[in-house]
Formats: sequence, C-alpha cells, structure tokens
Amino acid sequence: MEQENTTSWWLTAIQLGLIGGVVAILASLIGMVESFHARDIIAGQISMGETLLLLIMIGFAYSSSRNEQSPISTRVTSGVITGVTISLTIVLFVMLGAVVNLRSIFVNASPTLYKILTLEISNTALAYVAIVVVGAIVSLAASLVHGATPFWKRVISSGFFIVLLLALLQDLIRITLTPFPFITEVLSWMFGRRGQEGLSILGAIVVFLIVAGVIYNDAKHGAARRARREALPEATKRTRRWVSWGLLGVFLLIWPRIAGPVLSDVTNSVGLYILMGLGLNIVVGYAGLLDLGYVAFYALGAFTMGVLTTTGGEIFFDVRWTFWEALPFAVIVAVLAGIMLGIPVLKIRGDYLAIITLGFGEIIRIMFLSDFLKPYFGGSFGIVSIASPTIGGIVLDSSQTLYYVILAACFVALFVAHRLRDSRIGRAWKAIREDEDVAQAMGINLTATKLLAFATGAAFGGLSGAIFAAKLSTVYPHSFTLITSINVLALIIVGGMGSLPGVIVGGLLLAGLPELLREFSEYRLLIFGILLIVMMLNKPEGFLPEAVHKREFHEDENLSHAAGG
Amino acid sequence: MAMLELDNIHTYYGNIHALKGISITVDKGEIVTLIGANGAGKTTTLRTITGLLKPRVGTVKLDGEDIARHKANDIVYKGIAMVPEGRGIFARLTVTENLDMGAYSRNSKAEYDADIQRIFSLFPRLKERRNQIAGTLSGGEQQMLATGRALMAHPTLLLMDEPSMGLAPVLVELIFETIQQINKEGVTVLLVEQNALMALSIANRGYVLQSGAIVLQDSAEALKKDPTVQKAYLGME
Ligand SMILES: Nc1ncnc2c1ncn2[C@@H]1O[C@H](COP(=O)(O)OP(=O)(O)OP(=O)(O)O)[C@@H](O)[C@H]1O
Ligand SMILES: [Mg+2]
Repeated sequence: MEQENTTSWWLTAIQLGLIGGVVAILASLIGMVESFHARDIIAGQISMGETLLLLIMIGFAYSSSRNEQSPISTRVTSGVITGVTISLTIVLFVMLGAVVNLRSIFVNASPTLYKILTLEISNTALAYVAIVVVGAIVSLAASLVHGATPFWKRVISSGFFIVLLLALLQDLIRITLTPFPFITEVLSWMFGRRGQEGLSILGAIVVFLIVAGVIYNDAKHGAARRARREALPEATKRTRRWVSWGLLGVFLLIWPRIAGPVLSDVTNSVGLYILMGLGLNIVVGYAGLLDLGYVAFYALGAFTMGVLTTTGGEIFFDVRWTFWEALPFAVIVAVLAGIMLGIPVLKIRGDYLAIITLGFGEIIRIMFLSDFLKPYFGGSFGIVSIASPTIGGIVLDSSQTLYYVILAACFVALFVAHRLRDSRIGRAWKAIREDEDVAQAMGINLTATKLLAFATGAAFGGLSGAIFAAKLSTVYPHSFTLITSINVLALIIVGGMGSLPGVIVGGLLLAGLPELLREFSEYRLLIFGILLIVMMLNKPEGFLPEAVHKREFHEDENLSHAAGG
Repeated sequence: MAMLELDNIHTYYGNIHALKGISITVDKGEIVTLIGANGAGKTTTLRTITGLLKPRVGTVKLDGEDIARHKANDIVYKGIAMVPEGRGIFARLTVTENLDMGAYSRNSKAEYDADIQRIFSLFPRLKERRNQIAGTLSGGEQQMLATGRALMAHPTLLLMDEPSMGLAPVLVELIFETIQQINKEGVTVLLVEQNALMALSIANRGYVLQSGAIVLQDSAEALKKDPTVQKAYLGME
C-alpha cells in the first residue's frame, strides 16, 4: 500500500492532466472557448475564453495537489505535472489540427480557436513553448495556493473570485451606476476604455488588493468586532437590524429605476423563478416529495390568467376579467390541480413519485396544445393580448412597473413559506420527509399533510404563472416544457434544499446569470450540469443549506460539534 | 373493564396469515408482556393495535371502543403511543426535534416545557445531548429518545417493542427500571420482549406468542416457573 502510493502519485497527476486536457479540448470543440473569447475579463489581455481554459488548468492542478499526507514538495510537483500535461495535450491537439482538417467533423475547430489556443503567437515552436510555460506557471501557482495557510487561501481565492465576478457583471454594474457621475468616473478607470469590456489591468490589481485588504482586516479584527457587536444592548441590535432591512427595502423599491427596462426584465424573470422555487421548495425541500412536473402549475396559472382576461372570460362570464380578478382564480385552479395530482400519488414514494409527476407535467402541457381544446386555449398559437395589471388607473405593462407586482408576490410567498416552516404543519412536513411511518405514529395525518404540501406548492407556481402571462401578455404551451421544472429543481438544489435564502441565491445564479451573460445561455444546460456535478461532489447540501440537510452530509463534523456543546 | 382488549385478531400480510386469532387483555395500570420467538408475530400485534396494520377479523377495543379500523394517526390521540422496534427515531433530526415530534399530537405550548423537563429528568443523558443528531446517539441513548418521544404524547397506554434489543446488560436494566417508573406514574405498559427473564421480572402478567397464536397466558410469576417457558425462552434446561 505504502509502496504503491509513493510510486504512483505522478501517474495519478499525469492521469488528471490528461483528463484536464481532454476537458479543455472538449470545451474548445463545442465552441465554448471561442464564443467566450468575445468577452474580455482583463480588457485587451485575457478573454473569458482564455479564462475558461485557465480555470480548467487551475481546477485540475488544484485537485492534483490535494493529497494532504504527502509533503508540500510532492504536492506542488504533482500539481505542476498535471498542469504541464494539460498544456501538452493542448499542444498535441494544435499540432493535430495543423495537419488534419478537423473542421469537417467539428465545426468549431476554426482558425480563431487555434489562434486562441496558441496565445496568438504566430511562431509555432514559440507558441508551443509558451503554452507549456503558461501551464507550468498557472499550475505552480494553483498548487502553491493549495499548500498555503487558510488565510492566504481565502485572500487569493476571494480576490480572484471577485475580480472574475466584477468583470462578468460589468454591464450590470455600469448600467446600475450611470446615475452617479462620480462613480462612473471611477468605473471608466477601473474597467477598460469605452467599448472595451473587462477590467483594466490596474483595475483588476486594485480590486484584488482591496479584497485582500478587507479579508486581512477581517481576519485580524473581525472576531473582536463581532464580539463587540454581540455585546451591544438588545435594543441597539434591533435598531441596526431594522435599519439594514430598511436599506434593503429601499434598494429593492428603487431598483427598477436604477436598472432600466432591460435589467428590470431580467429581474422580473428571476423573480418569477424565485416564486416557483419557493413553491417547489415546500414540496421537495420541506415535505420531501420529489415533483418533476411542477411546471404544470405554472402553466395552469398562466393559462387561467390568459383565458379569463381575454375571450375566455367572455365565453364563460360575458365579460373580460381584469388581472386582479383573474389572479385568485389562477391560484385556485393551480391549487385544485395540486390536490388532484396529490390524491392519486398519496401512497407513492421516491422514484415512482418523480415519474408520475413528470407525466402530469407533460399531460397538462399537451392538454393546452391539443386541438380538442383549441377554442379555449388556442392550441399551439396560445393566447394573445392578455391583460396587464392596473393599479389606480395606472397600467403596469412595462418591466419597470410590473417589477413591483412580482416583488410583492415574492414577499408574500417568502413570508408564507417562512411562517409555514416553523408552524405545526411545517413540523409535520419535516416528519413525513424523514419517515412517513413514524410520522404517522406521531399522530400526523399523512393525507392532509401531503395534500397541503402539493396545494401550497401549486399555489406559488400558479401565482408565478399568472404573472408570467401578464408579463408577456401572451402564453404558448411551448413555454411550459419539462426543462422549466428541471430548472426550478436545479435552482433549489444549488441553493440548498429547504432553505429560503438558498432559493433566492439559486434563482439569481441559475435564472439571472444566463440572462446577463448571453454567451452562457447557449451552454446553459451544460453549465448547469457541470455545476450540479461539482456541487454534488463538493457541497451536496447546496450553497445556503437548511440545518437538517447540512447535517446529513457532514455527520462526522456534527459529532465533534455535539460533543463540544 | 379492561383498558385494551384484543379479541380474535387475524392480521395478514397479503396472503401471509401472521396473526391467527389472538386475544389479549391489558388492564389499567398493568405491565403486560408479550414474549415469543423471532417471527412469532409480536411486532405485528403491536402494529395492529396502533393502526399501522388493519386486522382482517377481530376487534381491538380501547376503553370499550373498537379502534381496529381507525387510522394510525388518530389512534395516537386516543392515548396509545408506541416505541417501535429498532427505535424508529428521526435519524437526521436532533434529540430536541425528535421530542418535539412526539408532542405533535399534544399541540399545547403550555404543557410542552413541563413535558420536556420530565423527559430530561427521566433521561439525564438526553438533556446533555439535546442538540445532537439523533442518528449519532448510541443504541441505548436512541432507545431512551424513542421512549421519551413516546411519552411526550402523554400516552395512557405505552407499547414497547423489544426495548432491550442490542443493549448491554447495564443499559437493559436501566431501561427496565425506567419502564417500571413510567408505570408507577400511571402509564399502562404492553411490553414485547425476547429477553423473557427481564420482561417477566417487571411484568404483572404475560402472554406467550408462537407462530401467530397465543399458546400460554398467566401471571408473570407462574410463567417464570412454567417448564416450557423455562426451556424455550429462559434458556434453562
Ligand atoms: N411486511 C411484511 N410482509 C410480509 N410478511 C411479514 C411482514 N412483516 C412481518 N411479516 C411476517 O409476519 C410474521 C410475524 O412477524 P413479526 O415482525 O410480527 O415477528 P416478531 O415476533 O416481531 O419477530 P422479532 O422478534 O424477530 O421481531 C413473520 O413470519 C414475518 O416474516
Ligand atoms: Mg418484532
């Protein structure tokens, strides 16, 4: 065993390098590198495509130097071997591309791609050397960081992360801060020149230093400051809490003015996803019922809104309904559907439940698509000219005004979900999630508890769908495919099952980012997939986990924690 | 009138005839034990009483009312609580959260604090470990938790399914002392055990179950002296 360990660590490192190399080449061949190349992270210097390749190198070199037992020299060597192997794989690929025309098979193997891979160096030999040198330096840095003290690890990784984030979100930042001339001044210096994207070199360095400074300061004085804050009288603490909530509230209220119409529209989509996430979180996160057909409720809410505020309203009730009149009905229809779905699946658990709900989602979609119901739902043409909400004569038909309806809905849902979690019914959900039989033996009525979970979840989905219909003023069955259910599920998994802040973070990440970075949206599913795999391996409980789910994945840490407390 | 009265109960799993017409009575204030070999139908009997299984034939009367076809969750409200076989705790929840679940049927904030204090004084070990994840408790502690959780429901009748299973002799003794104490506080106990000697030493009466039928019933003293019991369950020759 010992023997084997000492002789094979470099083999493992090479293996990892080869995998990394293949990953890098794959990312190139599917066009990711080239399409990401259009955006700069450091203006004129490093593009997002290059960053992607660098991140692959860093990631693999980092995990290659992971073996904690071996001495630091071995770990660093291992990381560097991995990095160099990745570089060599890329070199091989470029050489291959020079003799064989890969383009006949892989359309993305374009001259531009080779230019990116060879760092735009025209001399071939020099380019190959440069690739290897870059690989060596990057992996050396990555493995050194791995060996560094936790403090330095934090400084460097946060610094990089923030720089990357700022560069990615610069459109957002620039748009939101245009009303403030002074800041715009600073920004134009921090970011590349007009028309250029990405941070300037100086900007990146300054940001990195600021982040490092903040972390250094926190490491040094953070504990004392927190202790001081803890020691404050209860009243002061409360006031401070209210003030921070107040500031957040004001920010949320003025956001559409800052953001402008386009960003507000993105925010609205995120809001609708959060609303759905809050609903599905009750079904899956609280009650542990895996529902893959959640989009059905979204569709039902949307179509109910559509039918009632257009011709359907006239057919059934002789008059077109307003948004506000139709809204409760959209929710009620979704709730009834939730109960209808719930009754037949009361006795069904786990995998089977997932499959049945998946079928339910499809049935609802196909129902709206059917020729049979075309007079009411318009078949594949859907329903057009759906009413916008009005408040006191003002029509909320722009993204900047509709925002407030969505914000209010999110707040209501958040409040309800929060109160439900700590209520008696929340306790019952938790019990059936953990063990149905024992839950029943505690006096919990399984039927009522499950139906209530489905119904509440459906209500939020229906609400979201109804607003969605008003937002677009049209609904088509094609908007309600399985992929929406999966997105919402992914959102709560990434955020952390059962956790409310998790839903918000998940919504911002999975619904917001792809909208902001148009390059991402093409590779959305691929990135989701990778993100989910990485999460499941490293942080299976999600970004902001709820206590129980966190415990599940960190049992040993709990033990020591519990022994201490 | 007997508190609990099982009359000619036949329970099936599909077409497996697990209980073949058993009749058991438990009077108020008693400790009654049900002993029998593996697969005799002891757990099945308890699951039938708590409504998790429905008998095909027969009645289960609690204070004269037939509850045989009531739902399991309703039966809790009638004062029957069970400490299930293998404890059946919520492994991912903390000790306190488990106890909270036990109080689900009480729904009374006022009594909750007093109840929790009572459990903690009965099982000081649980108090020390109230924030620990139940799944990480030792077997003995889990048994205490399962018992404590059942008591949180204020049962008048407590059903216990092999509380001594897998426990060291000291702990078995502790658990049995606690059962006696609970009983003294007014809770009637129906105790299923394989450890017949221990069970008979604290019980008033006992039933011997064999292949789904009652083959013997008597006072605990008499059963202890019965040659077949001694041979089959007490390991004496
Ligand atoms: N879910 C089930 N499906 C089919 N048969 C079952 C089921 N549960 C129990 N049985 C059968 O019913 C009979 C009685 O089982 P039971 O669990 O009541 O025995 P027990 O006396 O509690 O045994 P032990 O002391 O081993 O716990 C056994 O033959 C068992 O195999
Ligand atoms: Mg048993």
